[in-house]
Amino acid sequence: MRVLQGEGVSRGMAWGTLKLVRRGTTPVPRYEAKVPEEELRRFHTACGEACRQLDQLAEDSQAHLGEEQAMLFVIHRMMLVDPDFMDCVESLIVGEGRNAEAAVEEAGNHFAGVFEAMEDDYMRERSADVRDIARRVIRILTGETYQPLEGPGPFILAADDLAPSETASLDRDKVAGFLTSSGSSYSHSAIFARTMGIPAVVKLHESLPADCQGQLVYLDGGTGQVWLAPDDRTAEDLQQRAEAERHRKAWLEQFRGQAVHRGDGTRLMICANIGSPEDLPAVLEERADGIGLFRSEFLFLGREDSPGEEEQFDAYRKVLSGMQGKPVVVRTLDIGADKQASHMDLPREKNPAMGLRAIRLCLARPKVFRTQLRALYRASAYGNLSIMFPMIASVDEVRRAKALCQEVQEELAAEGIPFHRDVPLGIMIETPAAAIISDLLAQEVRFFSIGTNDLTQYTLAIDRQNPACEPFSDRHHEAVLRLIRHTVESAHRAGIWAGICGELGADLSLSQFFRDIGVDELSMSPGSILEVRAQLLKDGADNQT
Amino acid sequence: MQTFEYTIRDALGIHVRPAGLLVQQAQKARSSVTLAVRRGGDVETASLKRLFTLMQLNIRAGETVFITVDGPDEAETAPALEAFLRAHL
Repeated sequence: MRVLQGEGVSRGMAWGTLKLVRRGTTPVPRYEAKVPEEELRRFHTACGEACRQLDQLAEDSQAHLGEEQAMLFVIHRMMLVDPDFMDCVESLIVGEGRNAEAAVEEAGNHFAGVFEAMEDDYMRERSADVRDIARRVIRILTGETYQPLEGPGPFILAADDLAPSETASLDRDKVAGFLTSSGSSYSHSAIFARTMGIPAVVKLHESLPADCQGQLVYLDGGTGQVWLAPDDRTAEDLQQRAEAERHRKAWLEQFRGQAVHRGDGTRLMICANIGSPEDLPAVLEERADGIGLFRSEFLFLGREDSPGEEEQFDAYRKVLSGMQGKPVVVRTLDIGADKQASHMDLPREKNPAMGLRAIRLCLARPKVFRTQLRALYRASAYGNLSIMFPMIASVDEVRRAKALCQEVQEELAAEGIPFHRDVPLGIMIETPAAAIISDLLAQEVRFFSIGTNDLTQYTLAIDRQNPACEPFSDRHHEAVLRLIRHTVESAHRAGIWAGICGELGADLSLSQFFRDIGVDELSMSPGSILEVRAQLLKDGADNQT
Repeated sequence: MQTFEYTIRDALGIHVRPAGLLVQQAQKARSSVTLAVRRGGDVETASLKRLFTLMQLNIRAGETVFITVDGPDEAETAPALEAFLRAHL
């Protein structure tokens, strides 16, 4: 038996047969292509798919890993569709009679070779990018994902790192856990594992022994421990732990989709935070009561231009119709500070958290804002939409935003485009100013959603992104809790609802507090919904007995 | 035809990221866009619409590039490219 230590990134115990994933071992198929047109068609179809994958990767990376990582995939996509690369592949197919796979491999090697020959270290590194792109297209052409899992499973997949395309295509019924030697809590495989509820350990401190293939392995995705070929006693022990774990999961299941009520019998909505229509399946799977926060800025990040009205309309419509009448709160563009979009040409700011961001930026650039509002109102015909403005600090900002909404509605009406005339407008409460004057703001809007991350940062004057400040940050600081309570009270006095959409919304130690002060809605990442429901329903049951 | 010159200030030269953005910008134009750089006695040129070609030139900090825009939308394209170079490189 060997015990290895890594970093646990997705909680839970898992066991199974260890399956080492090795890449690039199968040779690229080569044959003489009889019909070059057919090979060209295959190549172009594969390129289309590769572009789609890369767009998705860019978007996911933007959301989870940041601009730098996302940009890598954007560059990959550009290299792929670059006329130089395209021409090279096409001339190999047409001129030399190569099949698509062989042509892509040769073109990839050719351009990788060009970069490798350059003096500059930085440029030499780019050869890896070129090979990566070529491999992606070849994988699509051959339909290869990774070696199929032979046998009944369950399996623990082990690899250096798992590419997003690999995790997305694996057989979920057979895979019990992930084990990677590189990666981090933010790597794609980790995020994927958490989304899927599969235990995962990354960053193993030592490499797996050569003979580990096919051995029995246990892993604890919480502590990061890995047991390779455990002896019987250990295995039995681990089995018991896994069993207890499984029971808890099964126990949680009873709460899926169950309504949560407050003391007076009214509903406490448990909703989901999302960044794009791709998050919908998780929202439906977790049976969220609605979408409490659609971060529309993710449509703007990780790309080279602003999404136009049609593209935005399409995204909003998808989410609204997908939710089948359940409420969907879309937050208008919250860009600036930690979320930068290169195509918006935002000036560098000394203090971006307090800079020209969110509603300020939208009011300063009404053209962008107007496009978004038009798309939103048009989509309003397809479901239960509410629109929410971020970073509000004064009544005047709300009035200006509302006036723009009014103008957009008149425009659409004049154009004869259908839309819902009474879309509820609400605001984020994330500045102390807004919380303090929430009584005045409540006269202007139909709902509040408290963004606890920023509210905490601004109230405590602690930079969220400065790790050195972390010891001074108190997530449950009385000042923040008082502002939350005050905001909820202001809302209720004015007869409007108030929710929480920051990280505190999923904080189990505060769930009861939120219910007690009468919070109407908690919105969180889909993966947290079940735990929060369980926490509230379990407490409710305890109180009754 | 419109031409202008620009001296690269970015320490990394025209590295992959701005090269990508630059090519994207150039590809939007209907005009032809060429970049030339003088090296020793030679002049090396590349189409700004081709990423690999541009990257192979490996343009470094301090080098002066000559951009030529020729075509129906040259009047808008040239200033836009110049502004981009100033902002990013």
